[in-house]
Amino acid sequence: MTVKQVPLVDYLHIGNRPYLNAKACTSCGARFFDRRIACGNCGAQEFENVRVRNQGVVTSFTIVHRAAPGIPAPYVSAIIETDDGTSVRSNVVNCEPDPERVKLGMKVKLTTYSIGTDDKGTEAIAFGYEPA
Amino acid sequence: MAKSEKGKKKPKASNPMIEDDSVWVLGTHMTKFGRYPNQDAVDLASTSSIAALKDGGVTIHDMDVFAAGTLFQASSGMAQQVQKQIGQTGIPAYNVSNACATGATALRTVMLSIKAGEADLGLAVGVEQMGKMGLLGGAGSKKEAKVFAPSGRYGAVTGTDGYIGTAGMPGVFAQAGMGYAYENDGVGFEQFAKVAYKNHLHSTLNPLAQYQKEFSLDEIMGAPVMSYPNTLLMCCPTGDGAAAAVLVSGERLKSMPKKVQKRAVKISASVLTSDPWTSSAQVQPDVNTLTRNAAAQAYEQAGVAPGDLDLVELHDCFATAELIHYDNLGLCEPGGAGDFIDSGAPFRDGRTPVNVSGGLISKGHPIGATGIANIYEVATHLRGEAGDRQVKGAKVGLAHVIGLGSACGVHILEKAA
Repeated sequence: MTVKQVPLVDYLHIGNRPYLNAKACTSCGARFFDRRIACGNCGAQEFENVRVRNQGVVTSFTIVHRAAPGIPAPYVSAIIETDDGTSVRSNVVNCEPDPERVKLGMKVKLTTYSIGTDDKGTEAIAFGYEPA
Repeated sequence: MAKSEKGKKKPKASNPMIEDDSVWVLGTHMTKFGRYPNQDAVDLASTSSIAALKDGGVTIHDMDVFAAGTLFQASSGMAQQVQKQIGQTGIPAYNVSNACATGATALRTVMLSIKAGEADLGLAVGVEQMGKMGLLGGAGSKKEAKVFAPSGRYGAVTGTDGYIGTAGMPGVFAQAGMGYAYENDGVGFEQFAKVAYKNHLHSTLNPLAQYQKEFSLDEIMGAPVMSYPNTLLMCCPTGDGAAAAVLVSGERLKSMPKKVQKRAVKISASVLTSDPWTSSAQVQPDVNTLTRNAAAQAYEQAGVAPGDLDLVELHDCFATAELIHYDNLGLCEPGGAGDFIDSGAPFRDGRTPVNVSGGLISKGHPIGATGIANIYEVATHLRGEAGDRQVKGAKVGLAHVIGLGSACGVHILEKAA
């Protein structure tokens, strides 16, 4: 029996070759991950789905030691700029949460991992970026 | 930022002309920031309001407009509650909430009424009672889902804080600082920590500060890490407090006694900005662009350049934030915020003293009060009434706040004579 999987957020495409889906404004090209009514940059209302490149660099990070209750810490939160210039917020995974190991400008790539299974046996899949 | 193109400096007349359409701080006050378990926000706001009126030599009966700012009690009708304590005169009362820029927005609400000609005199108060709220932002969002079903604007099946980076304030502002470190040389953990060292040092001279304790750089860097590089001693505390200001039109001020005019402080610039669209701000609040825009507008309005500022109170909710605002407000060379703190320039005896009050890090940050407390601080120095922490001969000062989302308020104040 196969376990049913769902992505943590709807802009994550899961499967053998996972990637992030952005909504790109057809008028100005601005990219978004949330549900849109209109473009925050130009106000146009048409969007197309674009597949975000999986490779990028860490342009900022923090190592969260004091997290909200229930969140395992320390963990690395980062801003990734992908090779196609999309900004993504994500955890950096498969990398020690240590300022000696996480580096600004570090090359990373998208990966996915399970964050648990619900009462109906559905598994939620999250994304992270790991050192490339 | 360099001098604005139209940045001709206005002549500083020794006998200042009070222009009819100018707006002035007539009276101001702040409570000591800290913990007030036996008072509520209405008590604090009322106390500060009455003290500001008294400081300006006026009463609630002279006020034409009133605005009260609070974030966490935004729907409580704070303005009306305060009126019921200090005088129900029937004037327009505004309840204001605008994240950490709430106080500055309340001040501007009064200012705009005066500018519009609806009012000659008005009172603005900002207040917050936070108690020991703990960590702000993203708290407790990861409740174990019983069933993974998509909801919200991102179709998330469970809380995302901690899975998709951090939504906690120490981390969000750590990332703001580290983004600057990525783009500029000479910025690292030590430069961020020096900001906190400076502000804790400054706080020892401010009796109104929540904490008045000096810490060594080693103690700051060795304190428990909240969100690297922000340690506990690099984060503002939660707390309670209020601050108030009475504003007056230039036209009315002219009819007041010389002694009153002499203590009045001119609001040479008042600016509020929100975020223009930037690509990175979809995932990480951009605290830079709207601050730069606000600063540029404020310098232009006031005809003042960053080099003219005798003191600056800026929004150091975290040490990482203060450092990047040196650059955003044009206090240092572009990219030079690390050198700026290393050089000692923002210390009380430096070229451009920043947060001589102790800043949010030590003075405290009762959110709604902050955007008026910085007006109090700057005005008090310009009046030469700041006691031990007085910046000698201060004539021009800038007050900056930023609320995430975002809202940025910048005010430039100038001494009367």
